[in-house]
Amino acid sequence: MNLQRVSALVKKDIKKTVRDPAVLFMIFLFPVVFVLAFGASFGGIGGGQPVTYQVGVVNMDQAGSSQQWSQVFIDALSNTKILNTQVYTDNQTAQYDLTQGKIQAVMLVPDAFSESLTSYQTVPNDPSKWVNTSIPLYLDKGSIIATQAIPPIIQQVLTVIINQNQQMSPNPVHLETASLVEVKKLTAFDFMVPGMFTFASIFLIMMVSGSFTEDRENGTLRRIRITPTSPTEFMTSQVLSNMVIALVQAFLVFLMAYLMGFRPNADILVYLFAFFMVLIFSLSNIGFGLITATIAKTPGAATGISFIFLLPQLFLGTFVGASLSTSAQIAGRFVPSYYVTDALTSLLLRGAAITSPLVMLDIAIVSMFSIAILVIGVILYAKYFRI
Amino acid sequence: MKETAIDIQNLTKKFEDVTAVDNLNIGIEKGELFGLLGPNGAGKTTTIKMLCGLLEPTNGSATVGGHDVRKEQTEVKELIGVCPQDTAVYPHLTGRENIEFFGNLHAMPKKKLRENTNRLLEKLSLTQDADRRLSKYSGGMKRRINLIIALVHDPEVAFLDEPTVAMDPQSRHAVWDFIRELKKQGKTIILTTHYMEEAEELCDRVGIIDHGKLIALGSPKNLKDKFKAKDLEEVFIQLTGRKIREEI
Repeated sequence: MNLQRVSALVKKDIKKTVRDPAVLFMIFLFPVVFVLAFGASFGGIGGGQPVTYQVGVVNMDQAGSSQQWSQVFIDALSNTKILNTQVYTDNQTAQYDLTQGKIQAVMLVPDAFSESLTSYQTVPNDPSKWVNTSIPLYLDKGSIIATQAIPPIIQQVLTVIINQNQQMSPNPVHLETASLVEVKKLTAFDFMVPGMFTFASIFLIMMVSGSFTEDRENGTLRRIRITPTSPTEFMTSQVLSNMVIALVQAFLVFLMAYLMGFRPNADILVYLFAFFMVLIFSLSNIGFGLITATIAKTPGAATGISFIFLLPQLFLGTFVGASLSTSAQIAGRFVPSYYVTDALTSLLLRGAAITSPLVMLDIAIVSMFSIAILVIGVILYAKYFRI
Repeated sequence: MKETAIDIQNLTKKFEDVTAVDNLNIGIEKGELFGLLGPNGAGKTTTIKMLCGLLEPTNGSATVGGHDVRKEQTEVKELIGVCPQDTAVYPHLTGRENIEFFGNLHAMPKKKLRENTNRLLEKLSLTQDADRRLSKYSGGMKRRINLIIALVHDPEVAFLDEPTVAMDPQSRHAVWDFIRELKKQGKTIILTTHYMEEAEELCDRVGIIDHGKLIALGSPKNLKDKFKAKDLEEVFIQLTGRKIREEI
């Protein structure tokens, strides 16, 4: 591989990007304007006042004389300051209030809740002896923010209570446990930021497909083929230049979010890892861009066709996804952007460690998706249009 | 005996039912300025595309600088410079950036690339506009940049596909002078054109192609003498019964 060629190709692509006003807007200015608009609308500007969500709780726990874990759980939720719990005696009334918009969620604490936690406390290392339960959660589908924000808060409070049990037995529950939950400082805008990183990067699909079809149309790709440049050098340069663009995009989104008040409780390693995740994700967008360029005959057609790949990623895999139907949320599992948003949410909002199983699983899935899509893109493009 | 730069043997290219190049046989000597003449669609550009590896021949073989165009494409690409018929440049880059970009793809040393770029820009009167973006250039200026890109890496063999199409007479004559100079430097040049006066003015030998077949081969003077014609246009009329530029 000749580095002079790769470097020349990368520089050319970056110059092309920053000098084309349409591309410049789509790739760089749009994410900036987008973050500004959402930041202004959802709490970033004006001090970032925390929002409060009304959560209806139907407590069906039958703890009897044993420890009332459900009450501890409900109190811990209230102590987050972001959730205002309202206890209902029956599910029907709670569901009615949900449909009337009086509350944003209904949570059913199951009858075996305390029994479940007690069984865990008794034998924390023997799952076969645990009593498994699930907490049904009904969300206001009309509120994007509520659907995005409430589930991770409840999940986090639950996790804190369980972990506290494990560490502080025999008297595990303290009201202070709620203070471990960082969500009380978060605004609605904060919950959207992880998805914004993903959102911005997705537009690479349009840029890559447009660039390839334009270069094919004006004969410059053919002209490159007449030089000694190898297909490997050419594709390497494409990947590198688009990764640089993705990195700048992610930095701009982060900068704008920071200026709008986004202050996640994360260290420098987490930030670096988040940028790394966006870079890996950009490979799938380059791959989708190549697939689009294979199908499209003109740059105009490429713009239109790119929406086939762009829209599912936008709607199913970013902050929009949580407000969609259950089936749409299941479909989200089949787009790489879902896993990037999930990992970034875990890292930046839930305080998860880089090495946590969820984050590792997310990056493994994103990597597999991205490499597979990139390889398919390169093979298809090379088959129909020699590189 | 002079060394052969390009050897074409029974070269054929078919696109489904259409035979674009039909059993072509031509030998071109090193340092020769060879003109490939014919109307639009005669097969000139297809022949050049096969010689520079852009198209796979259906039949036959060809070598450039002794390298097989099918099997030794990298070696062939290191020897050649191609000026395509349609201007193929990046509009968002400046003239100089376009030239240096393609020079870098030929892995030229930086100093040599800078020297060649400046020399060629000067030669084709583009020095003053070198740092303007191509999108601001006139059509003729773009074509001159198109030509410089093909030659910046000092190729041994230059394929110039209709290099003066759509140029004003002044620019055309400047390019002619430039091509003559390239020949003086010992470069092998294959020039395709449908301007007969251009071929007569510049070429040592010409091959006239029609419907993919080579119908005449020789120096302009020999062909004119042989067909008792006052110019190559008349030679073409005698061979085919029609004018070469009627089909443009």
